[in-house]
Amino acid sequence: MRITSAYLRPILISLFLGLLCSLGVRGESAAAAPVVPVALAPTVEQRLASLEAYLANTDPTAALKNARGEIPPGLTTPSAGVAGPGHNAWMMVSAALVLFMTLPGLALFYGGLVRAKNVLSIMGWCLGITSVVTVLWWAVGYSLVFGKSFDSAYLGGSEHFFLKGVGGAPNPNYSFWVSHNVFAMFQLMFAIITPAVIVGAVVERMKFSAVLAFTVLWVLLVYCPLAHMVWGANGLMNGLANPAASIKAIDFAGGLVVEMASGWSALVLCIVLGPRLGFGKTPMPPHSLVLCMVGTGLLWVGWYGFNAGSAVAADGIAGNAFMATTIAAAVAAGTWAGLEYYLRGKASVLGFCSGAVAGLVAITPACGFIDATAAVWVGLAGGTLPFFACTKLKGWLRYDDALDVFGVHGVGGTIGMLLTGVFADVAINGNLATHLSASVGRTLWIEQLKGMGVALALAVGGTLAIALVLRATIGLRPTIEAEQEGLDLTDHGEHGYIYDASNI
Amino acid sequence: MKLIVAVIKPFKLEEVKDALAAVGVEGLTVSEVKGFGRQKGHTEIYRGNEYTVDFLPKAKLEIAVPDELAGAVVEAIASAARTGKIGDGKIFVLPLEDVVRIRTGERGEAAV
Repeated sequence: MRITSAYLRPILISLFLGLLCSLGVRGESAAAAPVVPVALAPTVEQRLASLEAYLANTDPTAALKNARGEIPPGLTTPSAGVAGPGHNAWMMVSAALVLFMTLPGLALFYGGLVRAKNVLSIMGWCLGITSVVTVLWWAVGYSLVFGKSFDSAYLGGSEHFFLKGVGGAPNPNYSFWVSHNVFAMFQLMFAIITPAVIVGAVVERMKFSAVLAFTVLWVLLVYCPLAHMVWGANGLMNGLANPAASIKAIDFAGGLVVEMASGWSALVLCIVLGPRLGFGKTPMPPHSLVLCMVGTGLLWVGWYGFNAGSAVAADGIAGNAFMATTIAAAVAAGTWAGLEYYLRGKASVLGFCSGAVAGLVAITPACGFIDATAAVWVGLAGGTLPFFACTKLKGWLRYDDALDVFGVHGVGGTIGMLLTGVFADVAINGNLATHLSASVGRTLWIEQLKGMGVALALAVGGTLAIALVLRATIGLRPTIEAEQEGLDLTDHGEHGYIYDASNI
Repeated sequence: MKLIVAVIKPFKLEEVKDALAAVGVEGLTVSEVKGFGRQKGHTEIYRGNEYTVDFLPKAKLEIAVPDELAGAVVEAIASAARTGKIGDGKIFVLPLEDVVRIRTGERGEAAV
């Protein structure tokens, strides 16, 4: 009986399908009669190809196109327009990891490097920036970067204001398999950490209100246009995905948008703001390298979400980014500490921490495009040039970049962008062959230089304008008394540490 | 009565306390202090910024003792705190006019 039914079932199904087909033919032959459109069913091959697109991180509707390259109206498969579970899961983890880089990674890394009277201040800045940028991203930010309605290479659109239309279905402009809302949140975390990186240059001497006002203006006027230019589907410098891009540069995870933008903006902001009271006369050593080291570890781990997550898929390119990130960070940490040992006789913990972050910065634009050996070179460069920028250049030029944001992120990001153009390899990332096969391995570094010029001009010009306007209106600095007292007490009414015999 | 004030290396505190207990000292007050003598400070470097730390951490002991115990106490501290290296500290011996035990109101040597 069992055998009979196993044979019977396909026969019955094919009979049923045959009947359906004959009905369809009859419907077509009776062209004059207005018929209710019959939902087209995909073939098994089409359904399979659509499902296989999930494995390859490609378009699930590609298999549905007819000879003219069009999808017949009404034809779809169960795999089209839905989130792929694996890709979605990885991207939610990645988004959380990138938030972890700011809260508490950066807060601890920076918090340990300031004096004890300002430790809560920088932590409060990280929290405040997270709140403000999240609301901004919901209202207009996401749409200005990843919308299309302005049809502009410089700014996105207004169609996703208030995250309208950002739901669980993927947005095929950016990913075939990751939910649009997950993509929007992943990108939000980048918009949060970028201004949070900048303010490391101005710790201990900027008003809380001025930090928040600067954040709002900077994200709107510098971050949103720059991120659209680099990552927007029709962006000016999106060489990877936009065949019409005037500058065919590549930036995997934010060498331009996050690192160069934050580093150069930090330099401008700290010069406009002026040095801390007593800079160069009063000792200002870090109050806790323990916090700093813990923060470094969190940044490093979080950076896997930042870099490998920037593949916007749990695919082989993400795997390559993970590998390159690890290698560059470890090499740069050892390089920085090794230079200290060679020049001064002691390898410091802060040296390892600074080198690791500088290496992570340098590998950011490159990680999804270069191989393991190239990552070693990026790590060596990322550990060396930022080392000299922090220990020599800053001393010569006498600017008070308190936590070396320019030295680490500005210099590290700039080198990383350039080396990305040198080492990018079609064998590592096949997407490079789509629009860039002529320049990869040859002239790509020139396109990188052009992109770096645009990012640098926008960051420097935008930050200078914002800082000067704020200085003339609400003011940037706290009172001298507040700065001497420490911003923990004067801006937040709290102390980071309460060591009082009566309180134990 | 004498007030003995000793400034010693902090890690020697436990040994000094044990030595003092052995000669019959029944109480002392310890403070964490900073200072410099011939030892001077040291240099710390954070990303190329050099800071000279002039004041080094020390432990300061204050002990009130009857006159006849003062010699033994000074000897106990000196031998327990000595490493032979620069920075071992100093012992000051001061005359003490009066002592009051707050709980009972006892005064003088009875209160020591």
